[in-house]
Amino acid sequence: MRPALAQPESERPKEGDVLVAIEGDSRVPLEPKDIPRDARPLLAWPMDPAGNVVRGGSRLNKVLLLRLDPATLVGGTRERAADGVVAYSAICPHAGCEVNVWAAEQKTLECSCHYSHYNPRDGAAVIDGPTPRALAALALKLADGKLVVAKPFSGRVGIVPT
Amino acid sequence: MPAKRTFLQGASGAALVAAALVTGFSAAWAQMPKVVAPASATPVPGPVPEVLQKYAAVTAERLKKPEDGNWLHFRRTYNGWGFSPLNEITPKNVGRLQLVWSMATGQVEGHQAPPIVNNGVMFVATPGNQLLAIEAKTGNLLWRYKRRLPEDVVHLHPTNRGVALYGDKVYFASADCMLVALDARTGKELWTTAVDDYKQAYYMSLAPLIVDGKVILGASGGELGVRGFVAAVDAESGKPLWKTYTIPAPGEPGADTWPAGGDHYKRGGGAVWITGTYDPETNLSFWGTGNAAPWFGDQRPGDNLYTSSVIALDANSGAIKGHFQYHPNDSWDWDEVSPPMVVDYKRGGKAVKGLINVSRSGYIWDLERTTGKINFVAGRPYVRQNVFKSLDPKTGRPEIDDARKPGTGKAAEFCPSLWGGKDWPPAAFSPRTRMIYIPANDNLCHELVGEPPKYVVGERYMGVAKNVMKIAEGADHVGELQAWNVDTGKKVWTTNLPSFSFGPVLATGGDLLFSGGTNDRLFRAFDARTGKILWQYPTISGITAVPVSFQVDGKQYIAVQSGWGVDAAKMQARMNLLFPGQYPEVPQGGAVYVFALK
Repeated sequence: MRPALAQPESERPKEGDVLVAIEGDSRVPLEPKDIPRDARPLLAWPMDPAGNVVRGGSRLNKVLLLRLDPATLVGGTRERAADGVVAYSAICPHAGCEVNVWAAEQKTLECSCHYSHYNPRDGAAVIDGPTPRALAALALKLADGKLVVAKPFSGRVGIVPT
Repeated sequence: MPAKRTFLQGASGAALVAAALVTGFSAAWAQMPKVVAPASATPVPGPVPEVLQKYAAVTAERLKKPEDGNWLHFRRTYNGWGFSPLNEITPKNVGRLQLVWSMATGQVEGHQAPPIVNNGVMFVATPGNQLLAIEAKTGNLLWRYKRRLPEDVVHLHPTNRGVALYGDKVYFASADCMLVALDARTGKELWTTAVDDYKQAYYMSLAPLIVDGKVILGASGGELGVRGFVAAVDAESGKPLWKTYTIPAPGEPGADTWPAGGDHYKRGGGAVWITGTYDPETNLSFWGTGNAAPWFGDQRPGDNLYTSSVIALDANSGAIKGHFQYHPNDSWDWDEVSPPMVVDYKRGGKAVKGLINVSRSGYIWDLERTTGKINFVAGRPYVRQNVFKSLDPKTGRPEIDDARKPGTGKAAEFCPSLWGGKDWPPAAFSPRTRMIYIPANDNLCHELVGEPPKYVVGERYMGVAKNVMKIAEGADHVGELQAWNVDTGKKVWTTNLPSFSFGPVLATGGDLLFSGGTNDRLFRAFDARTGKILWQYPTISGITAVPVSFQVDGKQYIAVQSGWGVDAAKMQARMNLLFPGQYPEVPQGGAVYVFALK
């Protein structure tokens, strides 16, 4: 149950938030060049640039970032990407594990808890595994060369209640 | 049209129908009989079914000696045997066993719980944090309870292994680490107690154990670096009574088996996620503990008590009165959560007050129980096992082959796989045949390589760089049902199964065994003396649940849930990597099945 007045650190990413790397407790807004191409996802928190409030209060705010070839992006994913960088919820809707594995051969995302696979070029659609649905997508844009949240998560994050 | 037939009877009815056809709809409508509307536009509860009105309160005495026709505990009785004395169904007539009723649970994922039956009222826990109350004889749904989970719970093993009964209440361990007490007649929540904090990565999946008005249970989270425990709560009020950690803090007994001066104990693992057994004579409860965290022992040198062990707890105080560690410094993900069965056996002409455990590491352990200490008697492998070079003849301590022990940056191949010779699915014991029955997986091996993990609350704390399941070259099977005589310590028979097995075993007084567990979705009956498969039934999904037997109005029933998922599904995926295309996904979907003789 969400409290009546949510703490800003626990609020979901909002339009205008920048993204900062979780590793190293960074406060430096990420740019496309910080994300290695076709490689293991980089995990980030959204951050409110007014006051540098990192939204790390809930693990459900974890965002995974990938840099892909823009020509391979499909449909809505193309619009949501910024310079080939796509962003999704890092929390697998199956059992809540962090999705952090890059299946290099197939160039897909893998959750190593129960081996669900997602297609990052197509809205993190489910390829296989016990997961009930795709990862929620976070639309990005560029502002002053920095990655900025363009729209909130496209769906709910966390485990899907059955 | 049936509706018309009930309302419009006989010749006059036929005439009316004919008249309607001839004169048109409005004429027929004018001649419709009086109709009755519902008293309320919204549903109101109906009368309480008789089977619930007569609900029999569960007392401490009934739990010590349940009626033959009931299944009141996870393994039916405190000794953990999973044995039902009912004997109407035998090898001679089991060919006539047929489906009486079945019911959809409305859930996917692994269904593991036994139907708990008290005088014709059946309680079935399912994934989705749900509990069904069903009239056991007819399959009529009595009530349904579902507890909504917080959105940020990490639920690595999304299942529930069953409820416990006491008084007129039903006790349900909710995934978010809450113990819930429900009114058995209505399914209404009476109270909830936080057993621990799910935000610290604990979650629960086990069936609680009830001893003398105390609800005793543990929690999962070994993969997330929790500090394991067993806790007791007052069954009437929900008030916490005691909590015993499986990992000692500095200064506590066993703390010297962990590196000194560190915080290892706070994240040491040793999670308790299978229901313990209990000996009323000594008032000791026996609980199996999970592997230590993180996964690789070189990151936490020492024996790491009390992980991968059995601990004997005083049921009143929770104090650890004795223990036996199956293997030190685990590095193979070998949780030893299956508690030992309380079984007396003969050995060398002497009677032993015994505990027998079938461990994940692939060994059968014959132990001795006392008023405190647990003593080693004998041990032997029941599957291909290459990690233990030998057992100390006095203490039972394994000598580990270091080449088979993975570590940080150190690859090692070992057998059995990390799922072990037997995972959580319980073995059974029959006092009639004097045999224990093991759902085993043989010929599997594993390769692991470790890396240093970083601890973050709620994230995996395992440190696994490489994890590959392998199979012995030329192996022609994996799953087996094995029978071992407890007095001779010798294997009597093995029946090979068509796939690996995650099938808990039921033994009955009719000298039958029932088990599912294979990926072909079949539920099987075996001759308990010979292992011959006598009957099988195709269910909608794979069975990894505990089968039970119960009696209503003098008739014996066999009940089991079907519904694949959790680790059986993971092993299926690994087998499909080894044999591409031969292990396609097993469809998921839960159902309760109840069988009886025609």
